Amino acid sequence: MSDRLALPGSHRIGHGLLSSEQSLTFTFNGRPYRAMAGDTLASALLANGQQLVGRSFKYHRPRGIFTAGSEEPNALVELGTGAYREPNTRATMVELFDGIQASSQNHKGPLSFDVMAINDRLSSFLSAGFYYKTFMWPKAFWEKLYEPVIRAAAGLGSLSGEPDPETYDKGFLHCDVLIIGAGAAGLSAALSAGRAGQRVIIADEDFLPGGRLNMETFIVDGLTGAQWAANAVAELRAMPRVRFMTRTTVYGCYDHGIYGALERRTDHLADKPAGARQVLWRIYSKHAILAAGATERSIAFGDNDRPGIMLAGSVRAYVNRFGVSPGRQTAVFTNNDDGWRTAMDLVQAGASVSAVIDSRNIPAPFPVPGAQIFMGSFVTGTQGRLGLHSITLSSGQTVYCDCLAVTGGWSPNVHLTCHQRGRPVWREDIAAFVPGQDLPGNMHVAGAANGSMTLTQALTSGHAVATHVLKELGATTAPASSAPQADEEHSGISALWQVPDCQGRSWVDLQNDVTTKDIALSFQEGFRSVEHLKRYTTLGMATDQGKTSNVLGLGVMASLNGKSIEQTGTTIFRPPYTPVPIGAFAGRSRGKHFRPTRLTPSHQWAESHGATFVETGMWMRAQWYAKSGETHWRQSVDREVTQTRSSVGICDVTTLGKIDIQGADAGAFLDKVYANMFSTLAVGKVRYGLMLREDGFVMDDGTTARLGDRHFVMTTTTANAVSVFRHLEFCRQCLWPELDVHLISATEQWAQFAVAGPNARRLLENIVDAPFDISNEAFPFMACAELSVCQGKPARLFRISFSGELAYEVAVPARYGNALMAALMKAGEAFGAAPYGTEALGVMRIEKGHAAGNELNGQTTAANLGLGRMVSQKKDCIGAVLSRRSQMNKDNAIELVGFIPEDASVSLRAGAHFIDRDAEATLDNDQGWMTSVAFSPDRNSSIGLGFIENGSQRIGETVVAADPLRNEFIPVKIVSPHFVDPDGERLRG
Amino acid sequence: MLIDHPLLGLRDAAEFVYLGDAALLNRPDASSADALDSFHDYLHLRDNVAGEHRELWYHEQGDRSWLVITRNTLTHAITAVELARDVAMNLREGANS
Repeated sequence: MSDRLALPGSHRIGHGLLSSEQSLTFTFNGRPYRAMAGDTLASALLANGQQLVGRSFKYHRPRGIFTAGSEEPNALVELGTGAYREPNTRATMVELFDGIQASSQNHKGPLSFDVMAINDRLSSFLSAGFYYKTFMWPKAFWEKLYEPVIRAAAGLGSLSGEPDPETYDKGFLHCDVLIIGAGAAGLSAALSAGRAGQRVIIADEDFLPGGRLNMETFIVDGLTGAQWAANAVAELRAMPRVRFMTRTTVYGCYDHGIYGALERRTDHLADKPAGARQVLWRIYSKHAILAAGATERSIAFGDNDRPGIMLAGSVRAYVNRFGVSPGRQTAVFTNNDDGWRTAMDLVQAGASVSAVIDSRNIPAPFPVPGAQIFMGSFVTGTQGRLGLHSITLSSGQTVYCDCLAVTGGWSPNVHLTCHQRGRPVWREDIAAFVPGQDLPGNMHVAGAANGSMTLTQALTSGHAVATHVLKELGATTAPASSAPQADEEHSGISALWQVPDCQGRSWVDLQNDVTTKDIALSFQEGFRSVEHLKRYTTLGMATDQGKTSNVLGLGVMASLNGKSIEQTGTTIFRPPYTPVPIGAFAGRSRGKHFRPTRLTPSHQWAESHGATFVETGMWMRAQWYAKSGETHWRQSVDREVTQTRSSVGICDVTTLGKIDIQGADAGAFLDKVYANMFSTLAVGKVRYGLMLREDGFVMDDGTTARLGDRHFVMTTTTANAVSVFRHLEFCRQCLWPELDVHLISATEQWAQFAVAGPNARRLLENIVDAPFDISNEAFPFMACAELSVCQGKPARLFRISFSGELAYEVAVPARYGNALMAALMKAGEAFGAAPYGTEALGVMRIEKGHAAGNELNGQTTAANLGLGRMVSQKKDCIGAVLSRRSQMNKDNAIELVGFIPEDASVSLRAGAHFIDRDAEATLDNDQGWMTSVAFSPDRNSSIGLGFIENGSQRIGETVVAADPLRNEFIPVKIVSPHFVDPDGERLRG
Repeated sequence: MLIDHPLLGLRDAAEFVYLGDAALLNRPDASSADALDSFHDYLHLRDNVAGEHRELWYHEQGDRSWLVITRNTLTHAITAVELARDVAMNLREGANS
């Protein structure tokens, strides 16, 4: 394998920091290429001379790799196939592994001949605001025609359309000091804090920590920057209280020292290990040091978007870290000293530099062998088709080059300082925004992120900030070390935004295809504030959020305004710093795991007896139990109802909320939270209770049993179990703290079953332990007791009825629930007992006229429900005062009544509104609505409950249940809501 | 956000349920002549404070304490956390003395 020694790629001029031992293969648009371990997709493509990697968002212009980091606006590619396909991945951040498949996006036909490039010819029509102005009319066309067409033409990559097969985790971390960024400043700070024994987390988005130290040729403490960084990383990794996180982007700063971070665990591995692809960390820090460095920006000049035109610092990164010279002949266009280092590093590495063009009228700061030097000059235009061929200077001279390294200066990465509304401030001396004074609590900024632009400044400020933080933390072991040493470098700059008198368009935001002309148009049309500029032109939007373009756009706007940058202002930033997959935010909370499913105690029994389940609130409940031969759910439900009403039925009602209420003032407390009286309830008795909200509307209902002088058990509806408990705690702690009463939720602690039907008592006689007497005389309707069942199991028995039959509810500790269900059914065999589900439960409560969720919808009053007399006038309670409002007691108020269709063969529908016969179905004629419907086997007809104006006085009247959506107009008769046993003889029997 | 619970120390805000203005502690006297008006105001009228705001939070995924938290609505800085029960008891004593 002799070729293993040859460096892969025609543009490879060395091996930089990469290991030349391991050669990798990958494909781009189906074509195989070779690369080295440690390459990014971008460096590997450049090493193979592939500068063209994509098409631009709007004009489909050919675009190349522009940067070497997470700020990349152009080189967005699709990775993976099938459900694993991930669009809009930055090639500069993709750590290469053997066999990776990448492809370019946003073009029709081959990348080198994109038919959508016609948009570029039409560019004079497609300027900023074009869509807003053009597609205004006709209005309906926007949604149906214009927007879909525009979206298909513009845009980025496309999603797989399949569920993401990857897993994601969430994690929580705590530390004394969080250090964001492991470049010169971050490592310097981490060494100080780590050596002082503090609990440190240091995170860096790159897979190779060191930041610019890996991309420059500086010497630190006598070592190459990269070697010094590697030593520092090794020292930190060996510290037990330091957690070193690479491939981890701290993307957001939240309140009180909480930071969000995304760790990419497996994206860089060919063989994915088990476990999560990415972890979303929530980091709780006492102090945070932001050492996020700076991002280079470009200069606007004619046709400055061709593949081969790159940021100067990124060219250095490819040369020094990856051993790649993006071009054979590179020219440099700069307004600062830093750009000159690109030329010098290229020459040092043996590559050829054709020219250095510096906009400043000063003597050349450095010699560059073999290069033409143009001081006080500009690049005004570029030539080439799918790449760069030559550039034109302001003098008119042409310089041949296939790579142009551009730098307009560096912008500190202040993003996280703005996440709590902090505003950066402009520093003229470095022509950059730096963090303002209003930093998030306990955040400190070091290095280039704070405007300390040189290496020496970064190392020193990292050390100084860490020392300050240690003092704040009261760390006893102050570090004896001093800041690492490096030579001071030249860092002069003179701001330059836009080259005047250019040929072609001057691009500002490469990702959104925003040019200086668009900014001028925005200015001309009055969108002059930076926030308006952003929204009008889309400058700074999409995946890169304008990391390389925001400040440049601002500079162009400022020059149009004739104002300073400071006066023009700046946009601030929101999380995330770089894109975070939605899947990572969801973590494991996907599909069924979005929220836990709660199973009732008798779930196992129900499952093995053919139950069909339904989600009710957070619970899975048996909906009906189909018997063999039953093909339609109505057959099962009708049978369950009939069997219950004729003999006995059993239903798991555990899901009703149960609240244990104890204390000397428990009765007094219940008087305050219920509209009716409870302190007068005798021990051993149950009462129906109606709960109001403070605004007077009905909140919830249920029964409350008095088990002892100081002991009540309240039941709530299933849906409101949590909110009623919260409300009661509010009443107890905030409104009546002087009452001696305590509450605990016991919903899940007790399994509870309704045993209903004429044979209910006979069945329970076989369950309840002797000598407890459940005869009608000893244990009448609304009695309750603590007793034992099934040979000594503790239990509670309540004689209450939701079905209207002779009925009991028996409760046992939840662990006995499944066994009790089986025991009840066994005891019921002799009577042909039927288990029944929520549908039969619903049918029987509608037949009985009991209100449930559909009637207690938060908009109904006690009077609406026919329960007006339950609101005690003798006491204050929650909602008492406001329930007396005149609007809630008006004459033609709606009242709950029953409805039956005139034609018994017709099915009623909930949601239908009541109008007079022959009246038009309009809002003005609306008299109320149908809340619940069911088929009543007892009546052999559809029945309904509903609210209608003055309902109780209109029994016998006929109205129309109108459902205009379905074109149904059903004549219905108003009847009593008690369809079955209106006098309640059965339940007292 | 982190909430310094008086009994449990620093807890993540995700454990809490937010209710709103702590003015809800001052439930009016139902027996007074203007009860209808005072309850209307109590229930519906709130100051929309830009700055320090006393508000009720409920530690639902915790010890079920209702807390009165003084939070700056502009910065989210929390300057005081009290048990609502203590605050309510003090209000009673203040009213009775």
